[in-house]
Amino acid sequence: MNSLSRRLRLALTVTAVLLLAGGSLGYVLHARHRERPPGQQADASFRIEEPGLYFRDTAGGRVARQPGSGLPRVTGGPSCDRFHTAGDHALCLRKLPGVPARTEALVLDRGLREIRRVTVPGIPNRARVSASGRILSWTTFTTGDSYNTAAFSTRTAILDLRTGYLIKSIEQIPLTLGGARHHDSDVNYWGVTFAADDNRFYATVSTRGATHLVEGDLRAWSAKALRENAECPSLSPDGARIAFKKKVSDDLRAPWRLYVLNLATMREQPLAEPHSVDDQAAWLDDSTLAYALPGQDGRASDIWSVPADGTGPPRLLAPGGSSPASVR
Amino acid sequence: MYLAANGRPDAPPRTPGARRRVPATVLALGAVSLVTDVSSEMVAAVLPLYLVLGLGLTPLQFGFLDGMFNGATALVRLLGGRLADRRGHHKRVAGAGYLLSALSRLGLLLAGSATGAIAAAIAADRLGKGIRTAPRDALISLSGPPETLGRSFGVHRAMDTTGALLGPLAAFAVLWATADAYDAVFAVSFCIGLLGVLLLVVHVPAAPGPAAAAPPAPRAAPPRPSVLRDPAFRRVLYASAVLGATTIGDAFLYLLLLRGLDLPPALFTLLPLGAAAVYLLLAVPAGRLADRTGRRTAFLIGHAALLGAYVLLLAPVSPPTVVGVLALLGVFYATTDGVLMALAAPALPVAGRAGGLAVLQTGQALARLLGAAGFGAAWTLWGSGPALWTAALALAGALAAASRIMPADLPATSPTAPEAP
Repeated sequence: MNSLSRRLRLALTVTAVLLLAGGSLGYVLHARHRERPPGQQADASFRIEEPGLYFRDTAGGRVARQPGSGLPRVTGGPSCDRFHTAGDHALCLRKLPGVPARTEALVLDRGLREIRRVTVPGIPNRARVSASGRILSWTTFTTGDSYNTAAFSTRTAILDLRTGYLIKSIEQIPLTLGGARHHDSDVNYWGVTFAADDNRFYATVSTRGATHLVEGDLRAWSAKALRENAECPSLSPDGARIAFKKKVSDDLRAPWRLYVLNLATMREQPLAEPHSVDDQAAWLDDSTLAYALPGQDGRASDIWSVPADGTGPPRLLAPGGSSPASVR
Repeated sequence: MYLAANGRPDAPPRTPGARRRVPATVLALGAVSLVTDVSSEMVAAVLPLYLVLGLGLTPLQFGFLDGMFNGATALVRLLGGRLADRRGHHKRVAGAGYLLSALSRLGLLLAGSATGAIAAAIAADRLGKGIRTAPRDALISLSGPPETLGRSFGVHRAMDTTGALLGPLAAFAVLWATADAYDAVFAVSFCIGLLGVLLLVVHVPAAPGPAAAAPPAPRAAPPRPSVLRDPAFRRVLYASAVLGATTIGDAFLYLLLLRGLDLPPALFTLLPLGAAAVYLLLAVPAGRLADRTGRRTAFLIGHAALLGAYVLLLAPVSPPTVVGVLALLGVFYATTDGVLMALAAPALPVAGRAGGLAVLQTGQALARLLGAAGFGAAWTLWGSGPALWTAALALAGALAAASRIMPADLPATSPTAPEAP
């Protein structure tokens, strides 16, 4: 190579730069063409009124409805990365394009008209609407909050539609842990679920390497830890039980299992789902839960259901779906 | 290979005036590093988002993937140095490292959502980085007269840092243009990485430059030199390790700044850019200064600047503190990173240079890892204030020790590489 003349080396370099720049440009243009336009609105005919299972259809990223088991699904909802609906409202989280990552939280009414739009840092993770539809909460993953730049942390917001008051991060809520006031900047909250009184809520907090189930009070603005190792709580419609994911293994491929905690006895019951569940489960009724699992046959994810009492085999509810929410 | 260097038609004439110019090989290697850093920092900037958002990995899994190969890199670096020293295959070994990293982007592109394949691609990238570093630095050190090595490394590090600063910008531009097509980032990064390999193949001569290798130096080809037996080199190694062990890691400094000022966490990503910009500006002047006033002095002054940053953070943090800490950090890098290589290289025989530099880099990296871990533990146990006091006292002690351990001054023009008339 040393014998290459200066002119030849220059020619080689210029050719390579042109070829590689052309290749890069070509790929970028191809990718630009291929990506779907983000943030499609709901079709005018699609409303959240008829009963059924509403969920995110992983094929197009839009919200769909499945009227009943075996019936064909109706598509045409808004594009969301995470979705939930209850009462009079729906919550749709969308990742905005670009870096650093931002998420748009869209509050919609039953006709899927936009009521409020909030932009927060991070990528969509959890969305929940209280049974009345008046209080909403969402969680995003954010990077760069800690000295380990690659680590993720969570940010959870609560929006009260009665007053319009938005708490962008509930991190500052006074927390009682093990009977004492807990102060640490490493607290992270995620996965809020609301009680029927639109005041009490449950969530996960992680601090000093452990996760805890916390019970919070919105009016009093306080929270206390109830129990260790219970993530992404979901309160049953009757308010008596909490479904949650419990970390049962250090195996990174299958760390969690789905459990139900009886709030009266504080006894927990493992459910019959044998796979690791990384989702905030949704109650279809007082005895059945729905949740997303990694999809089969190349689908991004599938929605499954399982009885809440630990019996019965899990059932495939909606192939190619995530973010289930039942409307009755 | 060595013989070929003698007959290179474009070798700069070895006149005193020409020595003012930065050797062409150093510029070429700088260009290779610049391009390669654009390529690798592009991927590094988007990888966390891609894995967690695009592929639905949990952050837990991502942390595991990310930290998985850090330990192995140190060992690979030693291996790269060893391989390069054998019959002087610096360029080939470095080239293999660059190529491996470039190909790893293709791996990411083709891996899709297969976690195992992604892990393999990340491993290949780290492997490539580990392999190439020591041979490349050896090539730089062999490409110019020993008395301007500080400047040569300064030029290289400035170009390298430029690439690191441009990489994330390039990635964001691609994401912006394609509405978040991560695969486009990988594809562009692959093309840029290939360009880096090509620049190396075409513009960097296979044999070390004429200044060091051409004269039939007595130590040019000993059987297998054990660099650790050289007392001068050993003292450099010890001093850099002692100082490294009292370095607490930039991330902690940035965190202290953010906490002290109650700044939004989004700024966390901007602080390193500030320090890198200062480093970029000062790398060449600091290298020249080190050549003139002694590299040992420059290296110690750099650590004194780091001590200055600690001390600044011990006082209540105000906006000028941020500027001061970032500037001092930039000074620290400019006067220590390349300067250490320039300091140690003349003490190493040509045939053991890549291996020796690898030992030095690995020793320093491991010591710094230890320092950061120790500081993290102290922070958790005692809180940030006492931990920082401890770190400052330890660094002051290490500085005193290093100034005694470090050889008075390594001969800038050692008998290893005599100047031809």
